[in-house]
Amino acid sequence: MVFFVRKLLQACMLLAGVALLSFILFQYLGDPVASMLPESATEVERAALRTSLGLNDPVIVQFGHYITRLLHGNFGISYYNQVSVFQLIMERLPATLELVFVSVVLAMAIGFPLGVWSAISRNKLLKEGVQILSLIGVSLPWFLTGIILIIVFSIWLGWFPSSGRGETVKIGFWSTGLLTASGWHSIVLPALSLGLSMVTIIMRLIRTEMLEVMKSDYVKFARARGIENYRIWFRHALKNALLPVVTVIGLQIGGLIAFAIVIETVFQWPGMGLLLIQSINFVDVPVLSGYLLFTALIFIVINTLVDLLYYLIDPRMRAQ
Amino acid sequence: MINDNLPVRRRTRMAQQWRAFTDSDLLWLFWRSKSTVVAFTCCLVILLCSVTSHWIAPHNVFDTTTFDLMDSELPPSWMSGGDARFWLGTDVQGRDIFSLMLYGLNISLIIGGISVLLSVMLGVALGVLSGYFGGLVDTLIMRFADAMLSIPTIMFTLLVSGVARVVIPKELMGHFAPAILTGAIALTGWMQYARTVRGLTMLEKGREYVMASRISGATHLHIMLRHIVPNVLRPVLVMATLHLSVAILTEATLSFLGVGMPPDQPSLGTLINEGNQYLFSGQWWIVAFPAALLVILSLSFNMLGDWLLDALNPKLR
Repeated sequence: MVFFVRKLLQACMLLAGVALLSFILFQYLGDPVASMLPESATEVERAALRTSLGLNDPVIVQFGHYITRLLHGNFGISYYNQVSVFQLIMERLPATLELVFVSVVLAMAIGFPLGVWSAISRNKLLKEGVQILSLIGVSLPWFLTGIILIIVFSIWLGWFPSSGRGETVKIGFWSTGLLTASGWHSIVLPALSLGLSMVTIIMRLIRTEMLEVMKSDYVKFARARGIENYRIWFRHALKNALLPVVTVIGLQIGGLIAFAIVIETVFQWPGMGLLLIQSINFVDVPVLSGYLLFTALIFIVINTLVDLLYYLIDPRMRAQ
Repeated sequence: MINDNLPVRRRTRMAQQWRAFTDSDLLWLFWRSKSTVVAFTCCLVILLCSVTSHWIAPHNVFDTTTFDLMDSELPPSWMSGGDARFWLGTDVQGRDIFSLMLYGLNISLIIGGISVLLSVMLGVALGVLSGYFGGLVDTLIMRFADAMLSIPTIMFTLLVSGVARVVIPKELMGHFAPAILTGAIALTGWMQYARTVRGLTMLEKGREYVMASRISGATHLHIMLRHIVPNVLRPVLVMATLHLSVAILTEATLSFLGVGMPPDQPSLGTLINEGNQYLFSGQWWIVAFPAALLVILSLSFNMLGDWLLDALNPKLR
């Protein structure tokens, strides 16, 4: 219980820190008065607006107001699009989360079997293949993987579309592309190029962890008891190799949201990343600080969830 | 008398060190691994091309008066419609792709190199401080490093350049772009060095010679600079080789996203970004050659770094 409370407190403190950062960005770096009034506004009008916006209040009071507004879902108005930032992010969020989700599933579906296979097989060719693959994995920038996939599967073969999300269906505020054929058709290439970055990581991790566990005494003991190989591999070795893999996948999801910025630009996928690039190019401060807050929130939620998952997977943690 | 003697002594010491290097098994290990020799040669050729880019580039890509729109989008010289003046073809503005690549390589390497250097300096300084003094200093520095490690590199550098655009007016952005990029990439890379150096410093601090030096009245600064830093540098150098390719790829990614180097001072990433826009109209050479160069560059630095990591770590042999 103490564990839960401490994790939650830590998460709240982190969020408050990020909120302070985005407050500084929002309030001091962009000039809201200049962007809200026409160029011809007089000094008196400016001063009046400053007072009505609360810019003359003490900083603590301003920060308090800022937090209150955030809690009401008011993130300000985008300079460029002239719509509420909250609405803008809510439109884009499903696209990014779906992309990340599909690529994680894809990466696990490819990475798990490959990792287990390379751990239990004694094939030398396979071992070298894994090494070459991971070397290419770190040397090839993600945007190039995307471009190569577009060249091969979109331009040469014409199998998959190279941009956009296809048709989407709205469920409440959530617009999903996972219920239409064209949505699935469009997500293949972006999800593949995003997921490939994770395949090598999962594969190598499972391999090294499993080899580590296989050397342990209790696996030897299990062999001595005459337990079949596949039972040792899956019940003993794989289960114990899972803990670090879960951590890394959890932490990598944060990284995937970051890489999604790149992949979304390559495939013109209308998610949060594309929104961020747009807001940087148009110096759209409210969107920038809104993005900062939202991704921080997602990161913190994921990290807390990973910590809690530990708890479920490893009984040793519960005993403490 | 002593002054006369010094250069000679230094020279014999260097000769000794050189002989120690040639006699060691490092060189033998190097020749044995054929892929490392290839990677090393690639690195050397690339570095040479980059250093001499101003002399060997056939065209000056910064001089707008030499561009001719008649020369735009020419394919490589061996294809039909190619022009012998432009070996690898031209881009939409009629600039020579080969020259663009040489200059772009130079810009990429300079930004990558300087940011790695800054990261190393920052990481070694903070790591030594953290390991040497311990206590509150250590806790503060390491917590900060943990926090920085949890932010993905791309996101951090993007947010830094986003904030930079808010603060710096648009007209001046071109001047500041390289400095902002270098600074942002350097800030994302120091944590690994700090962690490694901290551990090594804690080991080194307890050695007898450090204690002896302390007793004979050496200051903390003297001990850190003269005794500890030289002893922790070797693993740092290996990490730096691997870090260089990461830094170059980060710069390329940012430039590809359009928030890095501007089109009039293109790095390899900027060139790939421009070429990518013409992918569908069939001008593949604008994107293919810079992309290939970037991959060769990062692949060879990675292979060299991996090899160094193995070769200098006797446990792994």
